[in-house]
Amino acid sequence: MDATVDTSLRFVPRQDGRLSKLFDSKPFLVALCMLPTAGLLLIFLTYPLGLGIWLSFTDTTIGQKGEFIGLENFVSLFHDPVFWTAVFFTIFYTAVATVGKFLLGLWLAMLLNHHIPFKAFIRAIVLLPWIVPTVLSSIAWWWIYDPQFSIISYVMVNVLHISNHYYDFLGTPWAARGSLIVANIWRGIPFVAITLLAGLQTISPSLYEAALLDGASGWQKFRRITVPLLMPILSVALTLSVLFTFSDFQLVYAITRGGPFNSTHLMATLAFQRAIPGSQLGEGAAIAVSMIPFLIVATLLCFFGVGRRKWQQGSGND
Amino acid sequence: MIRLTRRESLALGAATFGAGVAGVPLIGARAADLDVPTADVKPPVFKIETGAKLRVLRPAKFVEPDERLFRENTKKFTDQTGVPVRVDFVSWEDLRPQTAVAGNTGAGPDIIVGFGSDPQIYADKLIPMNDLADYLGAKYGGWHELALIYSRRRSNKEWLAIPLGGSGGASVYRSSWLKEAGYDSIPNDHAGFLAMCTKLKQSKHPVGFALGHAVGDGNGFANWLLWSFNASLTDEAGKVSLDSKATIDALNYSRELYPQMISGTLSWNDASNNKAFAAGDISLTFNGVSIYYVAKNSPDPRLQEIAKDINHQRAPFGLAGRPPQSALVVNAMTFKHTKYPNAAKEYLRFMMEAPQYAPWLAGCLGYWSNSLKAYGEMAFWNNDPKLKPYVATMDTPYYDGYKGPISSGSSAVAANYTLVDMFASVATGNATPAGAVKQAARQAARYLKA
Repeated sequence: MDATVDTSLRFVPRQDGRLSKLFDSKPFLVALCMLPTAGLLLIFLTYPLGLGIWLSFTDTTIGQKGEFIGLENFVSLFHDPVFWTAVFFTIFYTAVATVGKFLLGLWLAMLLNHHIPFKAFIRAIVLLPWIVPTVLSSIAWWWIYDPQFSIISYVMVNVLHISNHYYDFLGTPWAARGSLIVANIWRGIPFVAITLLAGLQTISPSLYEAALLDGASGWQKFRRITVPLLMPILSVALTLSVLFTFSDFQLVYAITRGGPFNSTHLMATLAFQRAIPGSQLGEGAAIAVSMIPFLIVATLLCFFGVGRRKWQQGSGND
Repeated sequence: MIRLTRRESLALGAATFGAGVAGVPLIGARAADLDVPTADVKPPVFKIETGAKLRVLRPAKFVEPDERLFRENTKKFTDQTGVPVRVDFVSWEDLRPQTAVAGNTGAGPDIIVGFGSDPQIYADKLIPMNDLADYLGAKYGGWHELALIYSRRRSNKEWLAIPLGGSGGASVYRSSWLKEAGYDSIPNDHAGFLAMCTKLKQSKHPVGFALGHAVGDGNGFANWLLWSFNASLTDEAGKVSLDSKATIDALNYSRELYPQMISGTLSWNDASNNKAFAAGDISLTFNGVSIYYVAKNSPDPRLQEIAKDINHQRAPFGLAGRPPQSALVVNAMTFKHTKYPNAAKEYLRFMMEAPQYAPWLAGCLGYWSNSLKAYGEMAFWNNDPKLKPYVATMDTPYYDGYKGPISSGSSAVAANYTLVDMFASVATGNATPAGAVKQAARQAARYLKA
């Protein structure tokens, strides 16, 4: 055997040159490979975020370099009833719309999980509200809610003769808020439904068969098998959905622009209105920055409140 | 449809040049602009720099002839002087930010046709226009009041920009429905106007004014309410003067007027009153000439009928001595960073002279109203008497932020719908006049603190 061993084939790490030594070092390689991503994050995330936070402490306007004014913007917002209306509506909008989206989305997912004819086709259709650009669907909703040209009013008054007057969907604060939430739920259902459907399909049918043999009712199967096994994906979907809803802009901007009398302003639309058309960049940035604590709390709540499971910490499921 | 519009405007242009010659002083006029009365004034000499070329930024067209004729006039300038001019038409929302960038970085277009208040905001970055403005004023019968307000420095009356024109509102109404309610014209006082609106509502043809977050129409209606009661956002020194008895009167009036309006105006945006009028849902609103223009040029016979029935009148004066409406003015500013100030001035002089300006104005059919008084004498204003109320759009003392100094703060108040929301909340009974006025004054003061 010895004779067959060719010593020249033995692996000998090359020792020549600092460069090759450097490239053999694992920490260096890790850092090197992460550099492009870190650079991208730095340029496209950290810089704008940092700039936004900086602007919120200045009185910058479009056209004028601002000066550092400390917390003045935040103090002024604290005394601004419009800001607090926007904070209230943002939280209300997120809470109600999210609950609506999850109830309807879960229901839809469970329907789609059954064997129905044209399954693939129906699943594709369900995704439509999510696929259509929001600006387009917002304009469609704007027409649906129009005080003079609403299709709903038209059908109720001129076709079915159920009502004798056109509905004023956006004319009072609470009607407008409700209308916007309905539109948001419509747009958000597909995301929840498809995500939860993916989760449902990972649940082994054998569990349901075993439950069937044990004589479990439909509700018991849902409560004891579906819900616990859906929890991990539910928490992820919930987190994402809350983030999307909380920072929503297009729907409100296209349909009401915050009216009537600021009752439907979200923090995002108010920040835009103050910063760009109103050209008070500093104040707009302060409103945007005020969203951050709410977003962090909402994320933590979703992640740890709903989805606290051992799988998140790396050990087995309970 | 576009071709039809074009042909019509050409025909109109031709009619313009043929008519209205008699009784008009023709000194210095030429064949193509016979109906513009001019004085014999020697034009200032702007020696065009060698190798000059210009870049011009202006707001996107309102109507097709606006851009076409502007480009044709520019090409004529290039043909005559050899100075290449590039004109960029940018959307209305983008114009303000782009003006701000050019103003602050000291680079960019040589001439920016910006909005009314811009010259005051960038005053120190602009080349004074006294020579050109004085010449044009002397030759064309003087400048309208709004031009003097927006384009001159408040302190020493130095000209900061050349105002090209303004786009303003008037009452747009269906004459047959007003007749049905017993009116040949719109009453000019508050009580009479309210009584007419009540009768129109009873005859199922209500009026409609935007009270939603509509930048143009909403603020226009709010300003009319305010100014027709002699109330104002600020006093002469720029201090917020909203909290006054006049404002409370205006708020109380809006509460009486609101029930006579079509329902749903709280969610109206800038397009809503046009839509409702074209659909025959409302009998009267405040708007520019666009409703009439669209109806008149539509192939739809139903809209043609509406166009025949439409008439215009200046908005009711109320307690004010002058029409309590302002106009959106466009102002040509030449920035100090330009390398060719003389070429820029010569270009603006050329564009404002009758052979170029007259066809442009006539082609736009009332969308733009003239800043120089003499152009109001042109025959096309009389060929269609319905356009007449728009002639003197810029003959008004009212402007955004009236009566204080013009600043970016008044634009911020408009952009935040402070006045619109004040009226909307009181009109619908969601706030008391005293409470709403205090809140609006507080909000406005934040932006007008200067």
